[in-house]
Amino acid sequence: MQKSSRLAIYALMELAANPDRQISASEIGEKYRVSSHHLAKVFISLGRAGLVQSIRGVGGGYSFTGNAKRLTLLDIISLFEDTSSACKLNDPSKATDEEWVMFDISKEINDMALATYGSITIATLLKQVDRRGRIRAAKSDGTPALT
Amino acid sequence: MSETPDDMEVAVAVKIGRAGFEYLDRVVDLDSQITGQPKPEYWKDVFERYASRHVEERFFLVAEAPDSKDGDILGLIVGEVRGFEFGSKPCGWIFAVSVHPDSRQRGIGEALFTAICDEFRQIGIVKVRTMVQREDPLHMSFFRSEGMVAGPYIQFEMSLED
Repeated sequence: MQKSSRLAIYALMELAANPDRQISASEIGEKYRVSSHHLAKVFISLGRAGLVQSIRGVGGGYSFTGNAKRLTLLDIISLFEDTSSACKLNDPSKATDEEWVMFDISKEINDMALATYGSITIATLLKQVDRRGRIRAAKSDGTPALT
Repeated sequence: MSETPDDMEVAVAVKIGRAGFEYLDRVVDLDSQITGQPKPEYWKDVFERYASRHVEERFFLVAEAPDSKDGDILGLIVGEVRGFEFGSKPCGWIFAVSVHPDSRQRGIGEALFTAICDEFRQIGIVKVRTMVQREDPLHMSFFRSEGMVAGPYIQFEMSLED
């Protein structure tokens, strides 16, 4: 996964987890230790895709306008990279048996990755973050994590 | 990706319990509404194996509306304890889960999943597994949303026709 895709996922998780407020690129950049300049470019793509809207001025920032229960990691990654590029033959008509065998293996791995990314929504990611936080908190104070 | 009324989750109260043979016709009806293919013999066999034998470690659960008497069921889940296959310790296996299309996005699948996990926990099982087709985003997304992640096994297959 490319850096822009990863940043977009982090940014959308932040916004979806805080639907009642605007969050600035610099606030997200600080949390994930990345430049707000890079994040600003990511937000342009997310805005064009209709996933965020920005409000300028004091107290402004970005808010999530997508559907967290429908938006998958694959939807987001596809905005920034060609998800089929991991398994392409340069010239299939001239490919050798060796190249076809390696193509099949790459495709097997890529298909699994795409199915995984396509099945995980932003809402599911937020549930996992919450679950992980509860387990971590329980470990620190000795109470049961999950009920 | 914009929100539609279908996406507005409204959790509904459901009554979840074990399915006896009196539910056979309603399960066949639910399944045929979902798959478009009535399979009475298949479900009769499932009921015989999972609703009447070794029920201490086999669970066939159905969800009904709280005021339902002999009405339609809203969903079902079937699972059992399996052990020692492929070197596995005994674990819970879920091999069927269905919710009527008109009742989805209302927490019924989650209630069924939670109920069968509770059944497994009560008999000392600490791991639950299932298998889903990669091209089945509905079930892939459902199990993911319930917290399931890829397990330690990889399924292999080979064509015998080439």
